[in-house]
Amino acid sequence: MTEPSIAAATRPTKITTDREGPALLSVRGIRKEFAGVVALNDVSFELRAGTVHALMGENGAGKSTLMKVISGIYRPDGGTILLNGREVELTTPLAALDLGIAMIHQELNLMAPMTVAENIWIRREPRNRLGLIDHAELNRRTAALFAELDIRIDPDRLVGDLSVANRQMVEIAKAVSYNSQVLIMDEPTSTLTEREVEHLFRIINTLRAKGTGIIYITHKMNELFEIADEVSVFRDGEHIATRASSDLTRDDVIRMMVGRDISQMFPKVPAEIGDVVLSVRNLTLRGVFDDISFDLRAGEILGVAGLVGAGRSNIAETIFGVTPATSGSMLVDGRHVVIDTPRTAMQQGMAFLTEDRKDTGCFLNLTIQENMQIAALQSGFHRNGFVEQRRLGQECQTLREALRVKTPSMEQKIVNLSGGNQQKALIGRWLLTKPRILILDEPTRGIDVGAKAEIHRMISSLAAEGLAVIMISSELPEILGMSDRVMTIRQGKLTGILDRAEADQIKIMELVAQ
Amino acid sequence: MTARAIDPGALETTASKSKYQNELSMALVLVGIAIMFEILGWIFVGDSFLANQQRLSIIILQVSVIGILAVGVTQVIITGGIDLSSGSVVGLSAMVAASLAQSSTDPRALFPALTDLMPVWPILAGVLAGLVVGVINGGLLAKTNIPPFIATLGTMVCVRGIAKWYTLGQPIGLLTPEFSWIGRSFNVLGFPVPLPVLIFLFVALIFHVALGYTRYGKFTYAIGANPQAARVSGINIGSHLIKVYAIAGLLSGLAGVVTAARAASAQPTMGTAYELDAIAAAVIGGTSLAGGSGRILGTVIGTLILGVIMSGFTFLKIGSYYQEIMKGAIIVAAVVIDQYRRSRKDRV
Repeated sequence: MTEPSIAAATRPTKITTDREGPALLSVRGIRKEFAGVVALNDVSFELRAGTVHALMGENGAGKSTLMKVISGIYRPDGGTILLNGREVELTTPLAALDLGIAMIHQELNLMAPMTVAENIWIRREPRNRLGLIDHAELNRRTAALFAELDIRIDPDRLVGDLSVANRQMVEIAKAVSYNSQVLIMDEPTSTLTEREVEHLFRIINTLRAKGTGIIYITHKMNELFEIADEVSVFRDGEHIATRASSDLTRDDVIRMMVGRDISQMFPKVPAEIGDVVLSVRNLTLRGVFDDISFDLRAGEILGVAGLVGAGRSNIAETIFGVTPATSGSMLVDGRHVVIDTPRTAMQQGMAFLTEDRKDTGCFLNLTIQENMQIAALQSGFHRNGFVEQRRLGQECQTLREALRVKTPSMEQKIVNLSGGNQQKALIGRWLLTKPRILILDEPTRGIDVGAKAEIHRMISSLAAEGLAVIMISSELPEILGMSDRVMTIRQGKLTGILDRAEADQIKIMELVAQ
Repeated sequence: MTARAIDPGALETTASKSKYQNELSMALVLVGIAIMFEILGWIFVGDSFLANQQRLSIIILQVSVIGILAVGVTQVIITGGIDLSSGSVVGLSAMVAASLAQSSTDPRALFPALTDLMPVWPILAGVLAGLVVGVINGGLLAKTNIPPFIATLGTMVCVRGIAKWYTLGQPIGLLTPEFSWIGRSFNVLGFPVPLPVLIFLFVALIFHVALGYTRYGKFTYAIGANPQAARVSGINIGSHLIKVYAIAGLLSGLAGVVTAARAASAQPTMGTAYELDAIAAAVIGGTSLAGGSGRILGTVIGTLILGVIMSGFTFLKIGSYYQEIMKGAIIVAAVVIDQYRRSRKDRV
């Protein structure tokens, strides 16, 4: 699936370790049900000390549930967990932590208004003679810990002021401070830049050399071959296989994950390219990006490549009016338009699937129906203020079938859907507005292989129907496979626009890398 | 289970049943509390709590003003906000309405030239006063970044001050009988039904429909559920919040008019701490302070629960100090139970 992504350009090579070490953690016959639905069925696997063990599987395969069992968040309905050969009861996350099992969650769990050192040593703070917290000692311990891991963050800074990557480093340091034998990382690189990933992998190598067992959940195939010693694949709540990563190929892993071959990942349909729909002229958001100019035509998919933090998402947000431009102009169908709110962008026929499903996409506590219909209510489906629920319901139903959103009912809360199905529902939200310009920011991030292919097919056929599509992606294969043209962004500047025929990985890498 | 297997329409009904599950369980709680007072009544007072038409109508009359406020504050809470100013608005709008509803027999009328007016003028003036405060609340949120708690705390204090300044602290009496008519009862099918109760139920019905079936309602839930996503979906959050707070203010104004009419007079301290009862009614009725969920039907039931508890305590001749202590405990208990229930449901 993922050929080397942009983030994978240069990285330290893997340190190979002895595969036949003793089992640090053994999980035997774990079973977990939720209201009669089996989430884990008789799962067993072993983690050896001093190895990185990657877990792969589609969303909903059971990886996260298993990790929550191992870190004491869920209690299993059956099976045993052995740590260093002794059976352990993991009743709470704190109990697991005290036994040396630490989990670094996708949503980081740090207290923003407290300092780095306070976060790391919380509930274990050194005290002085008066029983007050000894801040000098606290910072000294933190500095020593950071030196060991080669982390350069001032222990006295507030966590709230740190970048996401640095917060992750703090989380890792915190886990290490517990002398954790088992460290669980849930998609740690999903928000990191290339250099940060490099740093993370250095830290992982240090920990591995110290004998820590690391469980590494990821969707990125290239990481697997770079950092993992062993790979376990999960499907539908069952453990399918565990292999040494050196014995596997990309295709093997995909086949095990989906239980079938995926012949064509990027089903690009040749579409008739029409007139220019959107012209962006010298668009600038001061301090973020400068002087962006391009044309977008009907039926075209314009891929946008660039490193994380280069300003790709900011450009999309400005075009859609989320953060209005400081200068520059836009033309829709050759007419000048002023777009300073999402509302005005929608009036020009634009739609914008945001990068972050949770933060700016889903209304997690509302139903799928309510999530899908909300944008369309801006322009139609209402009479005298009353929602035309029947008509809207039918349209949503049609879209749901077309997009293959898997759910028993539209009245389900969207939070209960898998990432892929949430994404399809959000695409449905925008299709209901009958857009002419569709901006997609990382449309397949964090989505399993099957749903990914479906979303690609969907994007392709929408372009074939005459939609103009801007697609931002960090995955080069996705960009190359889907785009008619590729626009490259480096540090807030447009560095090139390549035609499908001339675009290849090396050219794009040269244009986006610093 | 067997019924579902036979009847193909059964799935529909189970779906709609689950939609109102919260309200249903709250209604059961309401009935349970009433039965508890009935039993305690026979044991300690030797009298029936429920078999007393007058008492039942007083229960609902007493809470109708709180209920009108609660309908407004429920909508505010659904957007993820809070309105602390509603009690003060009751005081102000009661004063404003009363000042225009004085009878010419009062030699010390506030506006001697404006006595014996048609009741429509004091009603409009009172409601308008509330609307203005609501627009100010909403405007503060739309134009600045201050949290709703602070904005409405500010207006709560200010508005109470204005209500006192209006007559320099003096009460207003001798209102026209036409105006006081709003506080009266009517005979509906042989039952005496106070007009304030009808106003409460009418307001509740309107906003139950508005929240469930209009764009206004859909946007209100969306803003509370995820403001960023709402903005990207094209909703103008600022102007919508102005609408929601304006409606809450208008309803508080209406509650103030009703309060003045029932008392046939007005004092600047009217409605003190009503905002807390209104918020409690909404929260007991299942509205989450986190925003994005809640329904008017639940709030109506929450209001009735508060009313039954208060009148039950009076009926059992429990002193007012104890009543307050128990009321506080009950509010906390209701929310704890609700959260427990939700967390159990979410775990599924």
